[in-house]
Order: sequence, then C-alpha cells, then structure tokens
Amino acid sequence: MTATPTHTPAARAPKVNLLGLEKTAYKGADSTLCNGCGHDSVSARIINAAWEMGLKQQNVVKFSGIGCSSKTPAYFLGMSHGFNAVHGRMPSVATGALVANRTLTGIGVSGDGDTASIGIGQFKHLVRRNVRMVYIVENNGVYGLTKGQFSATADKGQTLKYAGTNPYMPLDICIEALAANATFVARSFAGDAKQLETLLKAAFAHKGLAVLDVISPCVTFNNHETSTKSYAYGKEHEIPLHELNFVPSFEQIEIEDYEDETEVQLHDGSWLILKKLNADYDPTDKLLAYRTLEEARQQQKLLTGIFYIEPETPNFIDTLNLVETPLTQLSEAQLRPSRESLARVMAEL
Amino acid sequence: MSVMVQESRAEQVEQLIINDFNINVATVNGSGSQTSNNMLIRSLYKMGIPVTGKNLFPSNIQGLPTWYNIRLSKDGYLARRERVEIMICMNGATVAEDMESVVPGGIILYDDSLPIANHRKDVKYYPMPVKSLVKAANLPYNLQRYIANMVYVGVAAYLLEIDMNEIKAALAWNFGGKTKPIELNWSMVTAAYDWAKANLVNDQPYRVRPMTGFNEGTLLVDGNTAAALGAIYNGFTFASWYPITPSSSLAEALTKYAAELRRDPETGAATYAIVQAEDELAAIGMVLGAGWAGARAMTATSGPGISLMAEFVGYGYFAEIPAVIWDVQRMGPSTGLPTRTSQGDILAAYTLSHGDGKHPVLFPADPTECFEMAGVAFDLAERLQTPVFVLSDLDIGMNLWITKEFTYPDKPMDRGKVLTAEELAQFKEKHGGQRWGRYLDVDGDGIPYRTLPGTDHPAAAYFTRGTGHTAYATYSERPEDWEKNIQRLARKFKTAAQLVPGPIADEVEGARVGIISVGSNHPAIVEARDRLRERGVETSYLRIRALPINNEVHSFVEKYDRVYVVENNRDGQLYEILLVELHELGNKLISVSKCDGLPLSARWITEQIANQEGMQK
Repeated sequence: MTATPTHTPAARAPKVNLLGLEKTAYKGADSTLCNGCGHDSVSARIINAAWEMGLKQQNVVKFSGIGCSSKTPAYFLGMSHGFNAVHGRMPSVATGALVANRTLTGIGVSGDGDTASIGIGQFKHLVRRNVRMVYIVENNGVYGLTKGQFSATADKGQTLKYAGTNPYMPLDICIEALAANATFVARSFAGDAKQLETLLKAAFAHKGLAVLDVISPCVTFNNHETSTKSYAYGKEHEIPLHELNFVPSFEQIEIEDYEDETEVQLHDGSWLILKKLNADYDPTDKLLAYRTLEEARQQQKLLTGIFYIEPETPNFIDTLNLVETPLTQLSEAQLRPSRESLARVMAEL
Repeated sequence: MSVMVQESRAEQVEQLIINDFNINVATVNGSGSQTSNNMLIRSLYKMGIPVTGKNLFPSNIQGLPTWYNIRLSKDGYLARRERVEIMICMNGATVAEDMESVVPGGIILYDDSLPIANHRKDVKYYPMPVKSLVKAANLPYNLQRYIANMVYVGVAAYLLEIDMNEIKAALAWNFGGKTKPIELNWSMVTAAYDWAKANLVNDQPYRVRPMTGFNEGTLLVDGNTAAALGAIYNGFTFASWYPITPSSSLAEALTKYAAELRRDPETGAATYAIVQAEDELAAIGMVLGAGWAGARAMTATSGPGISLMAEFVGYGYFAEIPAVIWDVQRMGPSTGLPTRTSQGDILAAYTLSHGDGKHPVLFPADPTECFEMAGVAFDLAERLQTPVFVLSDLDIGMNLWITKEFTYPDKPMDRGKVLTAEELAQFKEKHGGQRWGRYLDVDGDGIPYRTLPGTDHPAAAYFTRGTGHTAYATYSERPEDWEKNIQRLARKFKTAAQLVPGPIADEVEGARVGIISVGSNHPAIVEARDRLRERGVETSYLRIRALPINNEVHSFVEKYDRVYVVENNRDGQLYEILLVELHELGNKLISVSKCDGLPLSARWITEQIANQEGMQK
C-alpha cells in the first residue's frame, strides 16, 4: 500500500528554505499547553509546511478565537501578525482583514467549541463566502480551558469525569463545511504527521477556503478509550482514504505512474496527488463526499484524507471585484472622488 | 349664495396664511404615498419655502397607518410642530381621529369614499372623488392604488397654489427622467387639479408663495444619504452591515454611491468592499479585522445592533483597533419602536462592553454634519486606534432635512500612528533608544504606534489579543502590567477629549439660563429659545458635538445659574454623564428629557423650561 512518489520534500529539504531561512525562524513563543497535547503537533506541522513551502511570514496572518487551540498561533510563525479574536468569531475578523489586504495569506486555528458550538454560524458563512484562507479545527470534542465540558463534536454516549454522559449526536465539521459549499474539505489526525503536512501544503495552495478538521486529542480531559478523539482510538482506527502527495508549484512534477491515481492541479500551479486506497473515491464528487462522511460518522470510523476539492470556484476577493492594490495601500487620490463629482452628486439630490 | 361665497372669499383673502402651517397626510403604509409626499415637500422646497417633513411610519410592510407631517415655516423653523392646519385623509382606519386632530379654522381634504362619522363646524371639508378620478384616468390595474395618492397632490396644489411646474419637476426627478411613470403620475395630478379647479370653491386661507433668502445654498436630503457620501469622500475602504431599521438606508446609499464614485477608472474594479454580514456580531468583527489590517472600516446599525456588538467593541477598545460605528438610534429598550426616533443609546454607546472602557461618541445635528462627521470619525478612529461611535437617529437619518450644502473635504486624511518598515527600522533612534512596542506610549498622549500586517520587516509582527498584555504585546497577568496598560488607555481617552469636535456655543449677554443639548434636537431648541425670549427668558445654548466633553462644557455650565440638559430619552442620559463629569457643578444641571418616539417639539421644550423658570422666580 505504500506509494513511492519521487518527491518526499522532508527528505529533500535543505537546511534553509527558498527564502534562505532555517526552520527555527518559523517558530513562535513557547507553548503553554499540556505536555503531549495534539495541538502542539499541529503547530509543529504548520511550522514545517510553511518553512518547506517558503512562505514569507510577513505576508501571513494568523487568526484564532478562544480556547486551547486558539492560543496556538502564538506558538508558530513568530514573524507573522496574529489576531486572537473573541470566542467563535474569528471568521469575521479574518474576513475583514483578508479583504482589506488581499495580498495576505490567512491561517486560522480554531477548536471544536470555537467552531462547532459558539462559532458555527460564522464558520458556515466564512465557508459560504469562500474566503481564501486555511481554516484548521483542532478537534478534541471537549472544552479544555474551562476544564472538561462537552463540545458540539463530542460523541453521543461518551462519558466525561465532570460532565457526565453526552446525550446528543455530534456535529461533523466536514459535513457542515460541505453543506455550506466548501471548496476544500479534509480531515486528518494530529498523530499523522506526514498526511497532515501534505494536507496543510495543499490547503495553503488552495485559492479559496480550505477546511482542515484535525482530530487532536486532549491528553488531560478526553484521552481515554471511549473517545473517538483519543490517541489510542485515532492510532487504531484511522483509515486514510488515499495516500497523499503534494508537489508545490516551484518543483517540477515528475511522478511515477500509479493505478487508481488522481491528480488535482491547484490554482497556484501546485499539484495534489491522491493515490487511491478506496478504488472508487473521487474527491471532486460532492455527493460521494457526503455519503462517505455520513457512513464514517455512523460507523464511528476516523476516515482521513481529502473528501472534497473544487479548485476553481471564485473566492471572496473575486466576488467583490476589488482593485489589485490592497485596499489598505490605496492613495488618498484613489480614495477621495473629485470635487466636481461632489458638486454633481449634490446637484442631483 | 354666490354673493355669500364672494364675500367669504374676499374676507379670507385679507387673512391669507402664507407659508406658515402644517400639512398632515394620513395614508396606508405601502400604498405608495411616499412618492406623493415627496412631491409635495420637494416642490415646496424648490419654491424656496423653509419646509420640514417628518415621516411617522409603522414597522410593517403594508397595511398599517402612516402619517407624513410637512411643516412650512416662513420664519425658517425646521423642528417638528404638533399643530395640524391641513389634514389630508386617505386612510379609513384613522380618519375619525385624523379629522379631530385639525386645529379650529383648519381644513380637511379627504377621500370621499371614506366613512365619515361627523362633521365639525370649525373646519372646512374638501371631499376628493379619488375613486372616480382614478377610474377616469384608465390606469393599469396594478398601479391604481399607488397613483391614487397623486389625487391629493393635485387637489392640494390647487387649494394651496403650489407651483405645478415644480410638481412636474419633482416627478421627473423622482422617476429619474423615465417618461412613462412621469406621465402616468402627472396625468393623475393634473386631472385632480383640474377637477378641484372646476368643482371646489377655494374659500380657505392657506396658501404657499415662492420665497427667497432661506433655501439658497442648501440641500434637501436625509442624514443616512449624507453619512454615506461623507464616508465615500473620506476614504472608507471597508463596510460591513446587517439590515436594521433605521440604518439600512445608510448602507444602501453607500452601496449605490460607491458603485458610481469609487471604481478604478480603467478596470472598473472597486476601491472598497461592502459586505452584508450574517449578523451584527459578524459585521463588527469584519470591521475590526479590516481596521486592524489598515482599512478605513465602518458599520451602520441601530440599538439592537450595538447590543450585539458589545463584546467586539470592548475588544476593539482594549486591543486598540480603529472602527467607525454609526448608530442610527431608534426607540429602545429591546425591539422597542423600530420606526420611531430616540436618543436612547448615549450611555450605551459611551460605555459599551464589559469592564472599564469609554468610547468617543459624535453627535451630528443634521445631514451636513453627518457628511462631515463621517470623515471626522475615521480620522479620530485611526488617530486614537479605537472604535468611534457616531450617534445619528431616525429623525436625522431617514427624514428629509433642509441642510447646508456639503463642503468638499480637502484636508488630508489622518491615518494615525502607523509605522512603515523604514520607520520601524529607525524607531529606536528616533525615540531615545526605546525599542518599538505595540502598546508602548512614547509620545505621552497614551497613543502607541502600530504596524499593519504585511509590513516587510522581521520585527513588525505582534500578537493582537483581548487578554492582558504588556507594552510589547506579550501575554501578561501581572497586576502592574494590567494597571499600567489600563491607565494608559485612560490617558488616551483624555487625549481624545482634545481631538473630538468641540461644542458650539451661542451665548447671550445677560442670560442667566443655559441650555445644553445634542444632535437632532437642535431645530427645536433654536425655536424654543425664541419662544422663551418672547416670554422674558433669555437663554444661552451649548450644543455638545462629542464625548468625551472638554473644558468648554465646564466653563459654560459655570457661567449660568441653571443649565437645562435637553434630550430625547427617558432617563436624561447626557444629563447623567454631565452630572458625573461636572460633579462639582451638578446642582446647576436640570434634566429636560422626553421619549415618546417623536422628535422633540419647540413647544414642549419651551413649556418645560418656562414652567421651571416660573417656579424659580
């Protein structure tokens, strides 16, 4: 089942990246999360992916809401501006900032409470607008900072020490994203470094909103056998839909021929290569994505990979028909219509 | 009989009442009466007559009663006036009380198909055969209801002698020169006019006459349109909003005019973005995101909207992000009266959000100030790096006002303390060896320097948070860090008091009494002061244009024995703020406040002050 792509970027990677920076330059402050937290693994993957892709940190903006996951943008890409917003409302802040300056690359980190409970409304509208950004949900089904309450993605029937037994069906972030017309929907597991990094790179190359639902176990409050969001469960039950490879636009594509392989070219010229493990899976088939996600949910399977991708849908900047220059950099002459025009407007009142 | 009429007409001619009366039009919401009413007010305005229109409409799409009150004042008083001399009755549901509301000697024009219970002897009645005139006009069925309202325009034009050319010009303006609707409506107006001429004896005293000396150099416009134009001419680049009465027309005017005025001439691409958000929380979230990134960002909302925005406004205050929030006030609390005016959000806007914090609040008094303050608000927000409120209200925002022509803003925009990569590199050198810190006050005015995302310097980035932070934007829970930062914010607010528009004083030599007020009360106060003078009470007047107040307010209050604080809310919210901020002068302040959903009238203000002054004597 092991694919043999010609490129394994981690192996090829030099000590410095395209910008001449070492990986340590992509770090942030020290993490204050619990030892072994899945979120720290995700941060490490973001650092790696950003370094390998040669992202210029000054052009990246980090967004988050409130919660353990939302603290993490302080722990990666220390040379990027960050905005730790209010609970559940990071999507609106990101929308405003990314419209104001269209040259910025956005990365949002949220949690299951921040996205699926308090923030489900803003999340779905962000998806609906197809704002170009990477939106990561570090999903552990539990509120950590307030010490162990259920979130909207907690499993039905799951038991927690203080919260008791959860009587409600969970929301599935990928299904919610799909229903809101997402153009990139993927799930991964914090413990699956290679897949997560590949998905992150593809997400950065995507022209619209990329939703990454990352199962990221809470080692303190929700890392026990009955939880589908524990390390043990993830390691035993993760079923990748396909093996993924990502070839960035600055690398030449040379791939061996596989059977059952799908390639998707992203808008910036990068390629996402999917080696099918499930022979019939086509990530551009939306109905198939719905069915696959719903079946996985019913069977409590941790299915990972890219469920759906639509690289050509216009993003929010396209829809708004903005000038090329960032709105934040327009000159006063461009921002203030002429004296004559005001006289004309007043004459027409 | 004919002799009698002749005599009565001759008698009336001697007592003609010219350009000094109220017309109240009672119609059904959604029947198209807005167009007819606009034709009346616009033609009167174009004749040079000082005129005010107050639309009293229900929170309803169709079917509930609506009144449009037009005041003509040869003396130039533009406040709402309660008396009605001319009643136009088009609504059966309210016709009985509408007819009762007319002053003795007044006249009533009514749709003759309405059920009329009793006839008063002290008023004159003019039945209008609306149905038969509409039938004779042979109009398309779907337009009959709307165009029927043009009947009262034609009859009123005949009785009051409104210039028919102005009505035709108003129609052409209203329909943007489109021939068909102009002709359809015009034919109804002229048919009604001709019918009135042939069938009515004009033995009533009210007349309009062209005037000069007042409307020159003015516009007839609503405040929401003015605010939108002000934003466009002062460089707004981002607006997000959620529909809510009475602010929606601000965002709609912004959308309409920006599409004409703010496009790249070559590509047609927009130099702005307007986003209709999913709710007010998202609207202010987007505004903060955009303002943080360096846009001139604004939203427009009303009371329930600012309640929803409260958390983010506190964030903007604490993380120091520019934002402009237009609150076109309506009557609260709760859903309140969505289509009625109020000044009930003064305290809420000033202190919105949990914890310590105050926000600059601007009070435009008319559409011209809406235009100007749109620019002032952006300058203040970017200079002070904080959310700034502009408190308009339904009366200014949605009613047509005669207002001074807008002055083209040629002052450079103040984009505040934003460091470029070069300035960041030289920061230490320029500021006595101090390293740049996002929340470091190096100038002593409480205002730090900020960098925008995208600034090409490795040290430009900082982490914006609503949690406790140091001058270098790092997380901190240390008591001394917290206190230092929150005290600096208090210092910044003191700076704000020096930067916001100061009050405008009109002081009278020898007056012992002062009046303080804000916003749309202005025309009523101007008139009330004249009435009070006639009754022997001279007053000085200070119109506060912004919070925080500066020393001029203190000096004003100090000078007078008693100062009446006039406002349109129940609790006297401005009074309460002044009481705290001028506590040593608090015993001079007297609250004069009222809230019934209507703009304050000069008569009510006059009575309140005269009564209290009588008690003092």
